[in-house]
Amino acid sequence: MAGVPAPPFLARLEELRQRLAELERNGPEGRAELVQVRMELEEEAKRVTATLTPWQQCLLARHADRPHTLDYVRGLFTDWVELHGDRAFSDDPAIVAGFASFDGEAVAIVGHQKGRDTRDRLYRNFGQPRPDGYRKALRVMKLAEKFRRPVISFVDTPGAYPGLDAEERGQAEAIARNLREMAALTTPIVVCVTGEGGSGGALAIGVGDRILMLEHAVYSVISPEGCAAILWKDQSEVQRAASALRLTARDLLKLGVIDEIVPEPLGGAHMDPALAIRSVGSALRRALGELRRWRRTELPARRYAKFRAMGQFVER
Amino acid sequence: MVWFKRTDRDSRPTSRLPEGLWLKCEGCREILYRKDLERGLFVCPRCGHHHRISARTRLGHLFDDGKWRELFGSVFSTDPLSFVDSKPYAERLRALREKGVRCDALLVGLGKIKGRRAIVAAMEYAFMGGSMGSAVGEKLTRAIEQCLKSKLPLITVACSGGARMQEGVLSLMQMAKISAALARLHAAALPFLSVLTDPTTGGVTASFAMLGDLNIAEPGALIGFAGPRVIEQTIRQKLPEGFQRSEFLLEHGMLDLVVPRHELKETLARCLAHFS
Ligand SMILES: [Zn+2]
Repeated sequence: MAGVPAPPFLARLEELRQRLAELERNGPEGRAELVQVRMELEEEAKRVTATLTPWQQCLLARHADRPHTLDYVRGLFTDWVELHGDRAFSDDPAIVAGFASFDGEAVAIVGHQKGRDTRDRLYRNFGQPRPDGYRKALRVMKLAEKFRRPVISFVDTPGAYPGLDAEERGQAEAIARNLREMAALTTPIVVCVTGEGGSGGALAIGVGDRILMLEHAVYSVISPEGCAAILWKDQSEVQRAASALRLTARDLLKLGVIDEIVPEPLGGAHMDPALAIRSVGSALRRALGELRRWRRTELPARRYAKFRAMGQFVER
Repeated sequence: MVWFKRTDRDSRPTSRLPEGLWLKCEGCREILYRKDLERGLFVCPRCGHHHRISARTRLGHLFDDGKWRELFGSVFSTDPLSFVDSKPYAERLRALREKGVRCDALLVGLGKIKGRRAIVAAMEYAFMGGSMGSAVGEKLTRAIEQCLKSKLPLITVACSGGARMQEGVLSLMQMAKISAALARLHAAALPFLSVLTDPTTGGVTASFAMLGDLNIAEPGALIGFAGPRVIEQTIRQKLPEGFQRSEFLLEHGMLDLVVPRHELKETLARCLAHFS
């Protein structure tokens, strides 16, 4: 894990994962150890996933070696053309957008992009977009509508960037506009939450007809850290906050916020990125297949009904 | 300056200001006579500070003769996550209800503004900081749908710290739900005027509050996506004076107008006339 220390509950698994990678590189000698390490690794991965707390789930969802948007693009799509800029102020590297072919069909792709090594992480601003990023995403989604291409959106962000310049240029307005415009887009939208679904910054590219979520991804109104600071006024309460927020994929399915959980390799997507990417690929294929049967003009009405039903309240 | 009469029926003291005959201005610390402050729509006659007012008082200010009919008043929050922080959420809700804040964090009213029928949805800060949960989302969505059905203009008055954490991701989804309804209002070319008051932050700003055909703020209101403290922690420096205040947003092109409370009704009526 380049430069990012693994959380303690993953330490043993990380050790085994690195050892296995070494052994696989080394070739025939050490075959016996290889078999041994594989077995141990499977055992440990099972143990870790079986005992995951919601807070550990958050840490797993943030694992730097999980596939990010451009990994999915490379693994599942061909003819990728990345497009840049919001035509107003800048090009935000925290969001990537463009067109590519998926099973021979042209699609638009938007997604948060996190870096892996320190330099890249800084360049991508840790996947925290500025308004320019959201406006770029909307521009590309509008192009998709114009040329009748479906949109695939990959969600993976700690949240919209809480910076001075972001506020100055209208972070709130950019997010709000995306919510309204995505609701009305007359082209299919498939959303896949691949890692962190961080609040409004995630939702800003997260309104769609099918919402998929990876098994170990999280999606929340606020980070457990933020929630602990505000409600408990104590950072050490992150574990309680993470549990209280109900932010795991299973919770979200129960709450009716997502449609489907995409299975991950044992121990998480970072354990076998290629397998995780294939798993996402088949879920996307299925979702797009279903949406292809809907008429373009009825998409907004169906999407409206979907989000209209979200929430729980009483009437007295 | 225009002064508006209000009937006392609708001005129950649900504002955040303490009770009593004399009050200290939150802006200039001057001691003021409550009746004077009330008559001045809770704007300090000395320094112009706009004190926070209850949703009920707001509707009284905006509707003709302070007369209006409440809509969707039966919708109330519940506790979908069984959320417990220092107190169970269910208990907080019960306590607020018993205290008489029955409108949840949003009060919706139908009435006339200078003779023109309109729906006004005003947030109630006294109800958990005006936070937006499922009930708020549902009431506002119904208000928008009612506007579509009856061809009415919509006015929202935001006053909120953002999404209600106690309802987790369901609160977050209210942003999408409301914005989707606003997309329909937009397509139907019905006017939507968004009024932003102190404070308007988080998920409320990042959904309906910034989506008005016109965005209009009261002077000096804190308006933003991230809170000032979070930003200071992120950039590790002090924020400039006046950052995220109405005047700052106006300067940066995020608002159409900054209007003092005494002129708000007049301005809204004039704008509605231009659009309908
Ligand atoms: Zn004063």
